Amino acid sequence: MGGNRLYLKGNEALAYGALEAGLNAYFAYPITPSSEIPETLAKEFGSKKYPDFKFFLQAASELEAINMVIGAAAGGVRAMTATSSPGFSLKQEGLSYAACNELPFLIVDICRSGPGLGNLGPEQSDYFQATKGGGHGNYRLLVLAPATVQEMAAFPRIAFDLAFKYRNPVLILGDAFTGQLKEDVDFPQLSPEKYDTSSWATTGAAGRRPHIINSLELDYQVHFKHIERIYEKYRRAQENEVRFEEYRTEDAETVLVAFGIASRIAKGAVNKLRSKGIKVGLFRPITLWPFPTTQIKKLASEGRRFLDIELSTGQMYEDVKLAAGDGVTVDFLGKWGGVVPSEAEITSKLKRLEVVAQ
Amino acid sequence: MSQLQLRLKLGKLESLTENFTHYCAGCEHGTLTRLIAAAMDNLGIREKTVMIDSVGCSVLACNYFNCDHIVSAHGRAPAVAAGLKRVHPELMVFTVQGDGDAVSIGLLELLYAAKRATPITVFLVNNAIYGMTGGQMAPTTLEGQVTTTTPFGRDVHLTGSEMDASKLLATIDGAAYVKRASLAVQEISSSKGKVYTIKNLLDAKKAVENAFKVQALGGFAFVELLSTCSINWKMPILEAKRFVNEAMVKKYPLGVYRDAFGVEKQ
Repeated sequence: MGGNRLYLKGNEALAYGALEAGLNAYFAYPITPSSEIPETLAKEFGSKKYPDFKFFLQAASELEAINMVIGAAAGGVRAMTATSSPGFSLKQEGLSYAACNELPFLIVDICRSGPGLGNLGPEQSDYFQATKGGGHGNYRLLVLAPATVQEMAAFPRIAFDLAFKYRNPVLILGDAFTGQLKEDVDFPQLSPEKYDTSSWATTGAAGRRPHIINSLELDYQVHFKHIERIYEKYRRAQENEVRFEEYRTEDAETVLVAFGIASRIAKGAVNKLRSKGIKVGLFRPITLWPFPTTQIKKLASEGRRFLDIELSTGQMYEDVKLAAGDGVTVDFLGKWGGVVPSEAEITSKLKRLEVVAQ
Repeated sequence: MSQLQLRLKLGKLESLTENFTHYCAGCEHGTLTRLIAAAMDNLGIREKTVMIDSVGCSVLACNYFNCDHIVSAHGRAPAVAAGLKRVHPELMVFTVQGDGDAVSIGLLELLYAAKRATPITVFLVNNAIYGMTGGQMAPTTLEGQVTTTTPFGRDVHLTGSEMDASKLLATIDGAAYVKRASLAVQEISSSKGKVYTIKNLLDAKKAVENAFKVQALGGFAFVELLSTCSINWKMPILEAKRFVNEAMVKKYPLGVYRDAFGVEKQ
């Protein structure tokens, strides 16, 4: 795969990206619209191209799959699972334990329409669950939001690097659109990173003290310290790992804020409006957590107004408003239920807001 | 050392830490802890063994076994065990689970670990009650048995009848070894009057060792151990032991339910 250009679905590209990043074990449970990820990996399992890919299994439930990932991750290997929104709800138990246990692995949520069964169309309405913890207790996931098939292929490597650096689960939050979309994708020639797991992995206590991976701590003060230490890691991640893209914002009076597939529609709208001389730009969070709060705050302090665009009823909107601060205009354009906003709808919204002349 | 100490391998074990256990007086969890540690010592596997602790009275076992541990979520221990074993097949991986953990909330994880012939060892402590949470009905609670959530006795017309985990697993082709033993010492009459025999414990000890041997041979091994919970049963310790050996064994007969590798005969 390395050095090649291929025409792939986002989900297929993500699977190959994970293999290129040295994936060791994958635990599957099928759910639309993410099933091409395990299907692609099942096809490649046992192939000589990926000697590091040692194990693939379809589990009997989302819970079984995430707990198998936990067992494999505790063994110090690169483990992964993927799901879609209803399944992502079921994953929350495992994610809470894994964050407390400081286990590194990759989880993918190809977000579809909810709540409940919803439908198979794209939404970004798992944002709260993805960025605010989702399961019980105090913890965060590190969350990457790809907007292109190229990023679907590239982000598994970044995700494993972050997971092992911070010893925390990392989530790639895509949507039905980025998962199903087909585009050209380049695979660079890169070998997998090496991670040292010898100080904590449960590989048998031969010639060393036992390694105990445990989220139970009955001493309140000790547990207080443990969570404090985990949040110290999160603070370091907030300082060092924020990723974002700014597009034509230098002189923009209005900044559209959008991630994932919504950001591509917003980018199209920016290009159209710019050709008419209207000063709009796009700010795209790539890490949804840590959130690019400082960058949005800076744009706000320079007197810009914002239009947040999401495939939801307004979830990231709360973080954008919080970052922009009091007295800053932050408007919202949302579509949900599998409906996607068009460039024209973005323009009419800006007309209604009198950013664009009627 | 007395003959008894030698046979049960009492004294210091390398596979145990020096911590005191939190188990209640009369509880057989402590007994099982020793039997497992003795098997680990005897088989020389401590350094390559990882215990998956479950939720229930066994959750603090990471303080007692001198080996690597992963403490799992409620019911998920066999899935965590499977995940680890599949990426580290050289390890010996075992769980100790209660009846609520393995037979209620974690039944799917247990059944599928067995169905896929996952080479792990599962020890199920069946004391017919949720012990850690304070004595609620378990799937194994006997008909008519009083618990905090069946204050008038378990009504099987409402709750379904008792779940027999060994019998269920015996129907699973992937399970190489299924055995039910009792950890309760048994009262017998002799010429000296009433005495207690440790025959059950020796039988359980053999089952524990066999369960590791089966894993080493690449099979899924399951040992169910009937136990007391005198605190939550609100019964004196010796009466509780009698309840296991007289009432529980009627519903849960002891014996070998599956032995695909013939380890019982060795």
